[in-house]
Amino acid sequence: MSAKTDVKAYRGFFTVTLICLFVLYAPLIVVTVYSFNDSLSITVWQGVSLRWYADVFTGVESAKFKTAAFNSFSIALIAATVSTLIAIASATALVRAGRFRLRLPSMGLIMLPIMVPEIVLAVATLIFFNSIGFTRGYLTILVAHISFCIPFAFLPIQARMQGIEDTYEQAAMDLYASRAQAFRRVLLPLMVPGIISGFLLAFIVSLDDFIITNFVKGAGVETLPTAIFGSVKQGIKPNIMAISTMLLAVSVIFVAVSYLAAKWDNTKSHLKTDPAR
Amino acid sequence: MTDSSTPAVDIENAAKRYGDFTAIKSMSLSIRDNEFFTLLGPSGCGKTTLLRMIAGFEDVTEGAIFLFGSEIEQLPPNKRPVNTVFQNYALFPHMTILENVSFGLEMQGNSRVDAHKRAGEMLELVQLSEFAQRKPAQLSGGQQQRVALARALAPSPRVLLLDEPLSALDLKLRKAMQIELKHLQRETGITFIFVTHDQEEALTMSDRIAVMSAGELQQLGEPRDVYERPRNRFVADFIGDTNLLEVAITDIADNLASCHVQGGHQIQCGASEGVSKGMTAHLSVRPERLLLSAAPAEEGSLRASVKENIFVGTDITTLLTLDGGPDLTVRTSNSARGAARVFDPGADVFVTVEAGAARLLIN
Repeated sequence: MSAKTDVKAYRGFFTVTLICLFVLYAPLIVVTVYSFNDSLSITVWQGVSLRWYADVFTGVESAKFKTAAFNSFSIALIAATVSTLIAIASATALVRAGRFRLRLPSMGLIMLPIMVPEIVLAVATLIFFNSIGFTRGYLTILVAHISFCIPFAFLPIQARMQGIEDTYEQAAMDLYASRAQAFRRVLLPLMVPGIISGFLLAFIVSLDDFIITNFVKGAGVETLPTAIFGSVKQGIKPNIMAISTMLLAVSVIFVAVSYLAAKWDNTKSHLKTDPAR
Repeated sequence: MTDSSTPAVDIENAAKRYGDFTAIKSMSLSIRDNEFFTLLGPSGCGKTTLLRMIAGFEDVTEGAIFLFGSEIEQLPPNKRPVNTVFQNYALFPHMTILENVSFGLEMQGNSRVDAHKRAGEMLELVQLSEFAQRKPAQLSGGQQQRVALARALAPSPRVLLLDEPLSALDLKLRKAMQIELKHLQRETGITFIFVTHDQEEALTMSDRIAVMSAGELQQLGEPRDVYERPRNRFVADFIGDTNLLEVAITDIADNLASCHVQGGHQIQCGASEGVSKGMTAHLSVRPERLLLSAAPAEEGSLRASVKENIFVGTDITTLLTLDGGPDLTVRTSNSARGAARVFDPGADVFVTVEAGAARLLIN
């Protein structure tokens, strides 16, 4: 593409870029900067300090936050693991089983949690738990998280799998590997980047979820987002900014690793198939 | 042990259909043990499908395939004593070269130590020992090709299937690999079934060639047989270059047919089966079996005029037009001997068909 027809040459390109960046990141920057503010007020700057970070771990609300953090991270870990396993199985079926009836509907069903408005999913999940008499608590959050994390784990794994030619498994089976051995020794190792990416994405989506969690959590069981929300209802204190900044850091790291994992190519050895065939 | 007369692979009325589409029409052929056998044909002729049916990656719709006398349709690929060299090699990218080559041996139940030892020997055979610890991506195309070969040969298959394994290599390397493959087949005594669309490659390497087109076997024979005695127009045209002339049979005597070519020319040639007086057929003459001269030869020559000479290195290709008739291509070797038989464009010349070189084809 020539520099003359490049989108960068459009008039106002630079201004629009600045506006976009500002709208997207200004709130995050404000929260991050003010989390280091040595002041009781959230708007008046009084110099740099780590006192609110210390407050998160030792202040009056620290016990509540610690329990919430434990809940959040343990739920995210289990939900991401289970949903990744389900996603691996679904991706294998949908990508490797060729064409079968209901393939497209199956795909749609897996992707549904991403399409449906979250509030609808939250209400539906709540009604479901009530109707089967499932007492709300830690377990209901976990089950709900596993179910809505599946599409997020599924997407990178499926994309990865589509990029792996099936000749690798054929070669493995040609060399006396059973189906299971071909899957374990050849396909699975090649899928690892997609699996890591899917797992991290599911983890972060679970860690971050508020709406569904707020609906299905039992009284007294809090995750970080619901705990923060509860705290904010009594007025925003700078310790919320500190906690948000820490969550932001975790998210950035996970999303970055997830992105890098998805781009990591460990299949780069095969030659392009000869077009003459 | 099976006795030596049992074919390595016996294909009996095997057909392959995908819904309405027929990839392979009912086909029968026997591949002998210790043979370098080639399936040759243009893209989409079904040769790769047939290979995949033998390997077990495609079901046989009808008929049966026998491997050393036993039916194999019910066996999955991992239970068949055949190995494949894939067109894109399909080397496992996450394993080292040594791990790739020992994979089949380990899957057969050998211990890792034994498998690595035998794999090391195979790498020595293909002269890649120093690359044992590298990953496939670090090797050149030619080296990857040899790894794929070592990997497929390591478990000592009874039949080796090769799916256009040389098509991704450049010409020089391809020629060298053709010789190497041929030697390897002789040394190991394993039956090779080689798929290619390159007729020259097939002629160079094979003990026997099966020429396929549109899912059908066109001709089966030794390279010289297929080249010099093509059974039909497709084979004559696909293998090598040829002049295909439409002729009318005016007389048959002493098993010799007199063929009338447009423009009043007569060519005598052996009457093949099914030829009768009065019918029209095609005459195939290889360009290198035609001779040009300034004066007519005793056995009878055709009048023509030279249109163009094309220099192709080893040969000079001359395009000429028979007086009042069709065009012909003549190939003369680029040598002092051949120079006397090359004439400038516009020159009137005589063309002589070498005795026994013309082949009458009725379909």
